[in-house]
Amino acid sequence: MSEITLVEAVNLALARAMNEDDEVLLLGEDIGVNGGVFRATNGLQARFGRARVIDTPLAEGGIAGVAVGMAAMGLKPVAEIQFSGFIYPAIDQIINHASRLRNRTRGRMTCPMVLRSPCGAGIHAPEHHSESPEAMFAHMPGLRVVAPSSPARAYGLLLAAVRDPDPVIFLEPTRLYRLFREEVADDGVELPLDACFMLREGADATVVTWGAMVPETLAAAEKLEEEGVTIEVIDVATLKPLDIETILRSVEKTGRCVIVHEAPRTAGFGAEIAAEIAERALYSLLAPIKRVTGYDVVVPLAKLERQYMPSVDRIIDGVRQVMEAS
Amino acid sequence: MGSMEMGFDLNVDFVQLLSPSGEISKAASASAKDIDRLVRFYRAMTRTRTFDNKAISLQRTGQLGTFASALGQEAIGIGTAAAMEERDVLVPSYRDHAAQFSRGMSMSECLLYWGGDERGSDFKHARGDFPNCVPVATQAPHAVGAAYALMMRKEDRVVVTFIGDGGTSNGAFYEALNMAGVWKTPVVVIINNNGWAISTPRELESAAETLAQKAVAAGVEGRQVDGNDVIAVHEVVRRAIEKARSGGGPTLIEALTYRLGDHTTADDASRYRDPEIVRAQWTREPIARLRSYLVSEGAWSKEQEAELLKACAEEVDREVAAYLNASPLSSDAMFDHLYAKLPDSMQWQLEDARRFAERKEHGDV
Ligand SMILES: Cc1ncc(C[n+]2csc(CCOP(=O)(O)OP(=O)(O)O)c2C)c(N)n1
Ligand SMILES: [Mg+2]
Repeated sequence: MSEITLVEAVNLALARAMNEDDEVLLLGEDIGVNGGVFRATNGLQARFGRARVIDTPLAEGGIAGVAVGMAAMGLKPVAEIQFSGFIYPAIDQIINHASRLRNRTRGRMTCPMVLRSPCGAGIHAPEHHSESPEAMFAHMPGLRVVAPSSPARAYGLLLAAVRDPDPVIFLEPTRLYRLFREEVADDGVELPLDACFMLREGADATVVTWGAMVPETLAAAEKLEEEGVTIEVIDVATLKPLDIETILRSVEKTGRCVIVHEAPRTAGFGAEIAAEIAERALYSLLAPIKRVTGYDVVVPLAKLERQYMPSVDRIIDGVRQVMEAS
Repeated sequence: MGSMEMGFDLNVDFVQLLSPSGEISKAASASAKDIDRLVRFYRAMTRTRTFDNKAISLQRTGQLGTFASALGQEAIGIGTAAAMEERDVLVPSYRDHAAQFSRGMSMSECLLYWGGDERGSDFKHARGDFPNCVPVATQAPHAVGAAYALMMRKEDRVVVTFIGDGGTSNGAFYEALNMAGVWKTPVVVIINNNGWAISTPRELESAAETLAQKAVAAGVEGRQVDGNDVIAVHEVVRRAIEKARSGGGPTLIEALTYRLGDHTTADDASRYRDPEIVRAQWTREPIARLRSYLVSEGAWSKEQEAELLKACAEEVDREVAAYLNASPLSSDAMFDHLYAKLPDSMQWQLEDARRFAERKEHGDV
């Protein structure tokens, strides 16, 4: 066991998956000799060869499309889109093919691919490098959508994603790539792709979040505890399919819910969670549901990204609001 | 078309007028050798390089975000911009500040952009030029659409766009070129083939012998030029622009150069390319090449060189100061230009952002 970063955990899981299954292969821009611009695939081309770690031409639609073809033939491609701001041409292949090949062929053909991509703001990156597109993918029937928030969860969830028989969108928050280290055992044990992670128990409110907002929320929880408010923190790392039961159970217990995400508010994935709670646990609520999210603006360049992203302060404010409401 | 038997002779020429050691070709016309113009080119390339060095050191000292330098590729931008009229439209990629400076974008605007401030794209001059384009190749169709607009309005203007060698692997590039061919839009597409797309070498991007030949499939003229030879770049682009202006349609120009620096300041090229190759490429770079020609013609002296370097350094320092002293951005800036008018339903978000912006503890983990 050793303490590793989230990006190292991604690397470890990919190596493990490639080692245990010769039909797993990686493709993407600059993932070979360079090891990926974030080094997520560092050393893997040297270890597994150029046939299984492919430096592709610069063509995201093509990368996703050939991955569909490979997967339909039974390979297990793990395609990297260098930044999620460049994932949009790939969406054509994902929504029109990857997500529905099984359905269209009544199960005769399947698409066991993974599309990995760094996402999110907060690293002072250039334009188009700070997107949070999870809700777009969650809206597409037939996909799984995962966004890990710690090295151990990244390792276990990525292994599960590669082994899963259906297409998985795997969004890696760049801000967490090297934010902290955690013990990760390279034991090949996967984590379930349809269960929330209860990160902290509490009595007063449930805070539901994922991705880069998880450390912010945990920090908010620490501060709130000093004020005597204890919150339950749920990491929805597997956004789709959504484990709403864990969330409902928690909300039934605490009676208050705050949903935190970095993506813009309107039609963000928080809206889905809020709607589910409203439909199924409304009478347990002591206060209206509160969302703390990115604003409905184009994610700004570096100078203002801190003003855009929900901060510890904004999360605490959100929790105080639901506490004051009742 | 129409015949049962058809073939096609692929023909892509290559133009070089100034050799790497600075000898002028016999093919160079008198106007191509106009010494005053060449001195202007030399000054402009040196200005860009001085800026690039400074921008990299600003990034290294935490005063600038990620930056993409044009080191070694200055001739493409300078030769191209000089062939354009002010009223023409530039549709840049993200490595085209050499051309943008010639067209009036200020160095401080360039720094604001890379420093994470949208005001850097609100050019004071060259207001008809497009902003930088980071999603590779997505600018190519914009250039064709813009050229279509000029054509439809019968305006005497053309569009010039840049794209990288890697960018030509992308569907948007092929689609744009194809449309330009069909519609005969007044557009010049210039490929900055610097040999690399981050770590991906040219040969992993395409099996084609040249990138210029990609024009053939679109029914467009394709040419290659020595992209480190500012005289040739200027000549070839000038002709393509003349052709576009006179209704002759689009041209694809592949300018062969070399990325002497890292891809950006976020990159470490030593991970994937042999420093020996880079050292060899330094013997071909555009500035020393033109200098040796100018010196051999008696048109450039040590004193002029020293004066130029001093003037460039002073300008860069002034522009850096303007950048560093830019007024702070308020959180309102996120909302100011989102729509022509911020929808009333969003006003509370603007106020919410203000409320938190004022707080000190608005930090992160
Ligand atoms: C569509 C898209 N995919 C990926 C990237 C990330 N990226 C930025 S520059 C670059 C390489 C571009 O190479 P090239 O087109 O040759 O231009 P150069 O940077 O060499 O000037 C990549 C992959 C991007 N900006 N846009
Ligand atoms: Mg290139």
